[in-house]
Amino acid sequence: MSLRELYQEIIVDHGKQPRNFGKLANANHCQAGHNPLCGDRLMLYIVERNGIVEDVHFEGAGCAISVASASLMTEAVKGKSVTEIDKLFDLFHHLVTEGSEPEGSLGKLAAFGGVAEFPVRVKCATLAWHTLKAALANDPDPVTTE
Amino acid sequence: MNTKTRLPDFSRYRIDFPLLQETNRGKPVIYLDSAASAQKPRQVIDAMADFYVRDYANIHRGIYELSERATRMYEETRETVRRYIHAAHKEEIVFVRGTTEGINLVAQSFGRSQWQQGDEVILSTMEHHSNIVPWYLLKEQIGVVLKVIPVTDSGAVDLEEYKKLFSPRTKMVAITHASNVLGTINPVKEITAFAHSMNVPVLVDGAQAAPHMPVDVQEIDCDFYVFSGHKIYGPTGIGVLYGKKALLDAMPPYQGGGDMIETVAFSKVTFAKTPQKFEAGTPDIAGVIGLGAAIRYMQAIGMENIYAHEQSLLHYAEPKLLAVPGLRLIGTATPKVGVISFVMDSIHPHDIGTVLDHEGVAVRAGHHCAMPLMERFNVPATVRASFGIYTNENDVDALFEAILLAKRLFA
Repeated sequence: MSLRELYQEIIVDHGKQPRNFGKLANANHCQAGHNPLCGDRLMLYIVERNGIVEDVHFEGAGCAISVASASLMTEAVKGKSVTEIDKLFDLFHHLVTEGSEPEGSLGKLAAFGGVAEFPVRVKCATLAWHTLKAALANDPDPVTTE
Repeated sequence: MNTKTRLPDFSRYRIDFPLLQETNRGKPVIYLDSAASAQKPRQVIDAMADFYVRDYANIHRGIYELSERATRMYEETRETVRRYIHAAHKEEIVFVRGTTEGINLVAQSFGRSQWQQGDEVILSTMEHHSNIVPWYLLKEQIGVVLKVIPVTDSGAVDLEEYKKLFSPRTKMVAITHASNVLGTINPVKEITAFAHSMNVPVLVDGAQAAPHMPVDVQEIDCDFYVFSGHKIYGPTGIGVLYGKKALLDAMPPYQGGGDMIETVAFSKVTFAKTPQKFEAGTPDIAGVIGLGAAIRYMQAIGMENIYAHEQSLLHYAEPKLLAVPGLRLIGTATPKVGVISFVMDSIHPHDIGTVLDHEGVAVRAGHHCAMPLMERFNVPATVRASFGIYTNENDVDALFEAILLAKRLFA
């Protein structure tokens, strides 16, 4: 597999210029996530009403995979229900660990398929998702991938 | 260090390492992670296999020739280690699982048995977690206070600040001989002399020095010295704690079990003498045999030659890497061992590590078990390339090319 398959343009782009970056003043869920292996850190700000994620932003620093994953995740989950997000995370997790996805179901997130070839980077790709899940479950503890 | 004689041709040693003939992601292995663990020469692998095939038995208890043979080989290695680090007595050599266990042994046996709440241990910012956490445990267990020597911008310990940290409560200085991140070789002789002038003993973490340079514990005059077998081309799971005999003799056992006792009754146990007192249970006998083979392997090349070889690689690599725009070295103090840590503008160390891995170049990217040092230099992680006997300029060139590739990819 080529490096370009792992670091697709969209990943490099979102890694450098993350979308939905910054605080959300009206967030009703905040959650910290930390990947001690890479030193990736992020904070998620979520506006959730009646089980729907109306808005989500993040702040933080980390490797291209983790920042791009957080950025693309915020785009993917906005407007979705908690149940839909759970399903999406399952598909995404399958993608980054197995390298395959049910055709067309993940949209832009499919760019992360190359991560499966680099098992140590799976934590980078899933940090934002684990953090989101914990936030929506009102988990009081910061998320860590260790 | 003296490099009066011409260096031997190191290319002939590279073929001793079978793993270097293998591939990484389908490409020839470019192994630049010796600071994490060194590859093993055939001589070490064979010594351990031969031991299991021809000489294996438990030690110190057999009444048969085979066990006597295994015991002799085990104890002869203690002498090999003594000569390697120039200790005065072979009883000062304790076999442990590695540097980490050696430091834990000293913290628990030497420290916990006699220190009080408020007693102080001096460490440096550049310590590996293995020389922080054992002392931190004492903080939790008995209220020991940790004091930290700052590190300068170039990556040296600040000796003036060091001297200010002493108080009547100072009980130990625990410092690394060479930094696993910066490569800096610390002036441990000077550090020890000052501590001794304050009647404070010194533990030196030699994990990153023992593979790269001659070590003389009597010249340093440190009270404890620890290192790991797997970083000096030996097997995993074996390491050495050196301690001055008078100190070891006075210390209580670390673990209890067979082989560390003289007599056992339920009412009274009497302990064996140093070093057996600290070697409870059947030890890693084959590991010790492998360690001996590794030391003999290095000594046949010569520690001065190994040092000179790695210095010449450093002098080749550092200017080459510094020519890459946006690349910054972390750790520019001299002298240093063959360890180069760097960061790059706008490319995270883990992304660089993955690109290098894809190109067959094995480096370490991360915090290197030195989180306080990462914080000191305000970086989340670094990429670290580290050298060994088998490293050559071709490895450095491959690293350089792969870094350029990473730059293009993230441009």
